[in-house]
Amino acid sequence: MSKTVKSMRTPLGRVRGLGSAKEGVQHWWLQRVTAVALVPLMLLLACAIIKLAGSDHTALAETFQNPFFAIIVLLAVLAAFWHLKLGAQVIIEDYIHSEGAKVATLLAVTFAIYLVGGIAAISVLKLFFGA
Amino acid sequence: MANVERPLSPHIQVWRPTVTMVTSITHRITGGALGVGTLLLTWWLAAAAAGPEHYATVQAVLGSWFGRLVLFGFTWALFYHLCNGIRHLFWDAGYGFEVKTAAKSAWAVIIISVVLTLLAWILAYAVN
Repeated sequence: MSKTVKSMRTPLGRVRGLGSAKEGVQHWWLQRVTAVALVPLMLLLACAIIKLAGSDHTALAETFQNPFFAIIVLLAVLAAFWHLKLGAQVIIEDYIHSEGAKVATLLAVTFAIYLVGGIAAISVLKLFFGA
Repeated sequence: MANVERPLSPHIQVWRPTVTMVTSITHRITGGALGVGTLLLTWWLAAAAAGPEHYATVQAVLGSWFGRLVLFGFTWALFYHLCNGIRHLFWDAGYGFEVKTAAKSAWAVIIISVVLTLLAWILAYAVN
């Protein structure tokens, strides 16, 4: 019996398994990875903010000098903005159908998220190093 | 793309809202709200990094009645998205798809998110 063609995909394409978007399940998977990371990080951040809510600047600056505290806040910021970038992309792709407006919005929102996330991360580092 | 006005699926306005529908769209809405809310968190962090004067300004704005109202909403959005996100992770693992289970977990998310929000604020007032 001769080999019948069961799929239009090339053998290499099938092995890679990345599909037409050429990224496979990467977007979906990273959204779950960041989600799992954010569960403990956000609970810890919530506890920290509850404790710091009424603090003056001196007490706040001292807390940020603690490396354990600083790394938790920094990881929370990085995971949150990454998760936000992935989520915002899905919402934009769902609701904006014209290609030009979609790409423009995706670019603008992605840049804005990295800008704001960058400011947040640098602020944490500045507080930690006490510069 | 053809410019024919075909009906879009899902045709959501023809169905009676169910708790699972409401929790689904609320997950997306709270996600968007939290995205906007990161501006507040970043403002708070940047002001703290900039020095005592800027920090005092932020604390005054966030401490006003309107600031507290926004923060209260932000707290609930965070706990809701967190709880419902865990519910989504269980689905991703293949659990909890039965209609009754999904409705029960929807109500659990609503109730737990409200309880956690109230608990966080009670603790914040008690500590400070």
